[in-house]
Amino acid sequence: MTFDLKTFKFKKMKLTLKIWRQKNAQDKGAMVDYQIDGIEPDMSFLEMLDVFNQDLMGKGGEPVAFDHDCREGICGMCSLYINGEAHGPDRKVTTCQLHMRMFNDGDTITIEPFRAGAFPVVKDLVVDRSAFDRIQHAGGFISVNTSGNTIDANTIPVNKQDADDAFDAATCIGCGACVATCKNSSAMLFVAAKVSQYALLPQGRIEATDRVLNMVHQMDAEGFGNCTNTGACEVECPKGISLENIARMNREYMSASMKG
Amino acid sequence: MALDSKIPNGPISDKWTDYKDHINLVNPANKRNLDVIIVGTGLAGGSAAATLAELGYNVKAFCFQDSPRRAHSIAAQGGINAAKNYQGDGDSVFRLFYDTVKGGDYRSREANVHRLAEVSTNIIDQCVAQGVPFAREYGGLLDNRSFGGTLVSRTFYAKGQTGQQLLLGAYSAMNRQIGRGKITMHSRHEMLDLVIVDGKARGIIARNLVTGEIERHSAHAVVIASGGYGNVFFLSTNAMGSNATAAWKIHKKGAFFANPCYTQIHPTCIPVSGDHQAKLTLMSESLRNDGRIWVPAKLEDAKAIREGKLKPTQIVEADRDYYLERRYPAFGNLVPRDVASRASKERCDAGFGVNKTGEAVYLDFAAAIQRYGKEQAHIKGLDGNDAEVIVKLGTDVVANKYGNLFQMYEKIVDENPYATPMMIYPAVHYTMGGTWVDYNLQTTIPGCFSIGESNFSDHGANRLGASALMQGLADGYFVLPYTIGDYLSPDIKMGPISTDSPEFAAAEKGVKEQIEKFMNNNGTQSVDHFHRRLGKIMWDKVGMARNAKGLNEAITEIAALREEFYKDVRVPGTDKGFNQELEKATRVADFLELGELFAKDALHRNESCGGHFREEYQSADGEAQRDDENFAYVAAWEYKGKPSDAVLHKEDLIFDNVKLVTRSYK
Repeated sequence: MTFDLKTFKFKKMKLTLKIWRQKNAQDKGAMVDYQIDGIEPDMSFLEMLDVFNQDLMGKGGEPVAFDHDCREGICGMCSLYINGEAHGPDRKVTTCQLHMRMFNDGDTITIEPFRAGAFPVVKDLVVDRSAFDRIQHAGGFISVNTSGNTIDANTIPVNKQDADDAFDAATCIGCGACVATCKNSSAMLFVAAKVSQYALLPQGRIEATDRVLNMVHQMDAEGFGNCTNTGACEVECPKGISLENIARMNREYMSASMKG
Repeated sequence: MALDSKIPNGPISDKWTDYKDHINLVNPANKRNLDVIIVGTGLAGGSAAATLAELGYNVKAFCFQDSPRRAHSIAAQGGINAAKNYQGDGDSVFRLFYDTVKGGDYRSREANVHRLAEVSTNIIDQCVAQGVPFAREYGGLLDNRSFGGTLVSRTFYAKGQTGQQLLLGAYSAMNRQIGRGKITMHSRHEMLDLVIVDGKARGIIARNLVTGEIERHSAHAVVIASGGYGNVFFLSTNAMGSNATAAWKIHKKGAFFANPCYTQIHPTCIPVSGDHQAKLTLMSESLRNDGRIWVPAKLEDAKAIREGKLKPTQIVEADRDYYLERRYPAFGNLVPRDVASRASKERCDAGFGVNKTGEAVYLDFAAAIQRYGKEQAHIKGLDGNDAEVIVKLGTDVVANKYGNLFQMYEKIVDENPYATPMMIYPAVHYTMGGTWVDYNLQTTIPGCFSIGESNFSDHGANRLGASALMQGLADGYFVLPYTIGDYLSPDIKMGPISTDSPEFAAAEKGVKEQIEKFMNNNGTQSVDHFHRRLGKIMWDKVGMARNAKGLNEAITEIAALREEFYKDVRVPGTDKGFNQELEKATRVADFLELGELFAKDALHRNESCGGHFREEYQSADGEAQRDDENFAYVAAWEYKGKPSDAVLHKEDLIFDNVKLVTRSYK
């Protein structure tokens, strides 16, 4: 049985790709159909696109631009909306960790950029996510200078559960899948992850009030939509950032607004 | 030109303190009048940018990614070393210093390494204050684990994502300064040349990767923090965009390049699966705390496994060869990376490899799952003889420690590593060589500094695990902020540097000409085509084991490939906008030069040390043979028009505090 499965998996696939092509931010853009053959199940999705681009260039075409860097699922640079899902059909992976074994010979695959008003297209599948950086500039930090003369790291014990929850929130890679998935293009999960990380740690509590107000204000200014609790962001998040973080941010925001 | 390392006088433990007490400082009001360019925003560049901005300098930071948070430091998994001795297991600053010098096979500079060990403890304090969520024990204090080449537990970690958490810490510190207007961030920009005015680094030429515009940026000092050059091998654990261009451009402008042949081949990476492969994925060294490495002891078993007729779990204990435990009983699975990698290669070359290609060994967690399972059963008062309960409890502990790594493995390989051993093989991971710097982290170009992986200074011929993060943050947070102030102190009345000078114009012209040449080349092959071929030469002839014949061939082949590249490369599209093929072309052009110097350096070093293993220089039992009498020096190469003409300068390494002995982990 295992042997049969393996044999089956090494079959090469022929696919139809429908890819968003857009020359630059001003261009209107359109979906274009392509064919590709010889795709192996052990290839990652981006390796499939590498092969596709080499093929396209060999025929005199211009390769499809897409963002990618670490190809280990941690840098958050890769994106892509594949068959209507951010990072494609697998769960808890980024596009670079998605493998072609999730697809079948003869499939048609639709590939689009992450779409949101706050993420304008740069070229083809590449979008501008600098709005995320600007939200972090507004409050995504603890105001402590790099003197090297802070207190000893073990002076303040931190409850293990709180430390683990802070870590889980801090594993957000800032890819923007939550925004691309949300029907409102809301960035609540992204912002809540950073607010939660610091709210859960004693070092971060000191500035908690200003932080949540400033970050939410910047989030609104960037044009992200509101949260209507559909939970789609949590499902599509490659790092499994929990909706609990949004609940925590709402509590933080409420109490900060009363103080403010 | 004689190399002056500028190591301060005095006993090693006092050097850094005395140095800081006597350097020139810049007063806060004057810092506002000084600009510093930082190229790269990983742990070294990000931490330096934040700290210099906090001090009051105007920082202009550059990264090719869309955000500083994406720098490849983010992919570091296992941890960061610090001589805190929280475990009370005998650690100290001296011991961290000693382990690092020994681990580097006695090819690093003592004074730099001691300083690194001294500031290591500050890093942990600083990061905790910044909100970095390190792993903690139930009592609320910080947890530690062990890494290769040491006998203490001094590694701080955040699951398998330590690099991510430390980088996001540095990024958060940068964000605070960007918000204050003290750092101007230029994302999606690539440095394409250094500008030198009156003998001093005064700016860079950068390409805006979105608009294609070539820009001039000036400053009173330029800091290169652009990482290593592992991608010269095409396949490595580096990010796809990781490149040597900034470091190579300063080399061509006068910065000596040191020890290019010192490359770290990391023992535990996911093996290559096919020709389509674009990069390799690391499995953290921390896994060797609990995983045991083995291959079948019998050749026929290895063959049966390769043919799919036998499963690893069917091989009984007596028929397994835990070769690291066998060869190195004192350190076992936690020998340093160079030793572990060579031992894997030795077994696979002898025919004991376990995957289709014969280039893989097992990393097995079954014993750890049993051990932890029994411990948990004891704590919880459950039946210690119930196999199912033990496996479940043990699996939970392993998942808690390494969960994300196991998940990553399963997604790539499509096998469950809790149930069957992982398959691993060595891959290029880190480069110890890099720009030569003095004690101030200044290159041979005044005003041009190099920090983090891009310099050569701390790891000698082999880096110990969890030391890259330590060095990156030490350089950026705690060393450069002092040394650059001393350099800048005479410049306080200078005012802004103009970008209208002939030097800027000339550098810009050179960059534009190179780009035009690529765009109008009308060749027939893609950039990747040449990059893959370069990688193959490097891996086959300048890889884990090298010999004079292969190195001579590599030098000729790389030079020929470079010529072919310029004749036949095709870059489609336009340079007046976003063009990823053009980005790759400028990077690969530099790798094609660096690769040749790399092979030349490996050929001249007639000894085996650390990551540099020359087949001609080994003991009867296959261990590396160093030659301290003739090679205890840093090889710093000066650019003279082309790699083959590079001139060697030697910085003798003097060991006053560590006795040079044959490195043994037995």
